[in-house]
Amino acid sequence: MPSTNVTTIPTDQPDPFVTRSFLEEVVDAVPGDPRLTACLQCGTCGGSCPSGPDMEHTPRQLFAMINAGMRAEVLRSNTPWYCVSCYFCMARCPQKVQITDIMYALKRKAIEDGESRSSSAADAPKFSEAFVNFVENYGRSFELGVAARFHFVQHPGEALKMATSIGIGMMRKGRMDLTPTRIKGVKQLQTILDRARELGGTA
Amino acid sequence: MKPSNEEPYGYYPGCSLEKNALAYNESTSAVANVLGLKFEEVADWNCCGASEYLALDILPAYALISRNLALAASSSGSHSLVAPCSACFLNLSKVDHQMAEVPALASQVNEALAAGGLSYQPGSITIRHLLDVFVNDVGFDRISSLVTHPLYELRVAPYYGCLISRPDYEGVYDSPEYPTGLDHLMTALGAEVVDFPLKTHCCGGHMTQISEPVALELIRRLLQNAHEYDADVIATLCPMCQLNLDVYQEHVNHAFGTNYHIPILYFTQLIGLALGIRAKELGFGREFVSAKRALAKIGKARPAPKKKRKPSKEALPMPQATEVEYR
Repeated sequence: MPSTNVTTIPTDQPDPFVTRSFLEEVVDAVPGDPRLTACLQCGTCGGSCPSGPDMEHTPRQLFAMINAGMRAEVLRSNTPWYCVSCYFCMARCPQKVQITDIMYALKRKAIEDGESRSSSAADAPKFSEAFVNFVENYGRSFELGVAARFHFVQHPGEALKMATSIGIGMMRKGRMDLTPTRIKGVKQLQTILDRARELGGTA
Repeated sequence: MKPSNEEPYGYYPGCSLEKNALAYNESTSAVANVLGLKFEEVADWNCCGASEYLALDILPAYALISRNLALAASSSGSHSLVAPCSACFLNLSKVDHQMAEVPALASQVNEALAAGGLSYQPGSITIRHLLDVFVNDVGFDRISSLVTHPLYELRVAPYYGCLISRPDYEGVYDSPEYPTGLDHLMTALGAEVVDFPLKTHCCGGHMTQISEPVALELIRRLLQNAHEYDADVIATLCPMCQLNLDVYQEHVNHAFGTNYHIPILYFTQLIGLALGIRAKELGFGREFVSAKRALAKIGKARPAPKKKRKPSKEALPMPQATEVEYR
């Protein structure tokens, strides 16, 4: 055996040649084990999905794409944003893949990576942001404020007309507040949320 | 777990019941008074984040929800937390469940809560949907014994929506796709219950805000199905379902050239009517699609039992469905 100078890779440092796969990244972004690696590609999820026909990829396709490391395509897909969170797929999945929770994780990743802006559902995160903004500031949701912030800014035209007619009807029926309600412990809540943001990550 | 007589239920109304689903809150408290159910509202509760916060930031979303769990667990002697809104119910039980399953998550959530002087031990309270209280604690027999104005001839389509029976972390419901508790509850009121095929299909949730055509199609399917089954009303147990089917019904009619007129009522409103509570105290009049025409059917005499066709002697035996009996 010819003698060669072999440099060993120190084991206390991550192997520079092995990067964490996109699949692992997605799995890590879901609390607990989402069982994504157990997916059989059977397609029960897409077949059970009420908004499946309007999705650019069915959940099954999306999972195959995650496995193939197609990061940008996955994060630009409208699929997670068109998920209505009905848990039909999860109830039927023979492998108990936590599909709805994976969709939430993909939404977070798409925003984090900035890919959601290139999605055909680019407005969807803005709705969530408008909603959450009131919750963070008041401790309660505020429909009129969300509608105003989201529709007046994002959707002048038809959608705005519909939102306005609904808003007026809601007020007439005593079903919509004109001002937001603030909880007493809003400071306490914000402290908790700040700390949670610092801690970041999932388990 | 049924609380003892003295122990009230912890109550988490959620943002919707404060305003857009006021009728749900009003009818719940009116019915609770008659039945002697005690609901103690969690002091200074906050929004559960609906399906929005989880899309943005996970740990703050869990911390937001768990503040409510911590407040509920530390207040009074109640060991249960009842949510009438299916989305709130799901969020509260999801966090409770996942904190129990993933200890590392529980410790992160508790670290965040500690910044506000709070803590929560997963599993220390039982999270329940309001329907569960009526079905499993009050019971069909007790309710039917209190009915003074039976809903004979009112055809009710029981609509569960998604989040009550799926994913059902607490394992309370008989089926994720075909639960029957609300059906039996409506039967106990004397109503003619429609075997509603789309009973657990999705109303679209917040989809009206994301893509209106997708949302309106989901709503149309449900209305069409109820219409095909000749339902007078759809009974709901979730503010989001009520809002989508009721408020957007006119928009569905406009978009698809249909002419649906199906009032969407909270199941508690129907219980209230059957118990003889006045419609005004039950939040009637807040619905966009007026329930007046349907309500005019109530107060009629018990219909004559339907005649059964005798099977021919040569016919093979058929499986028998369970008899639905008017009380």
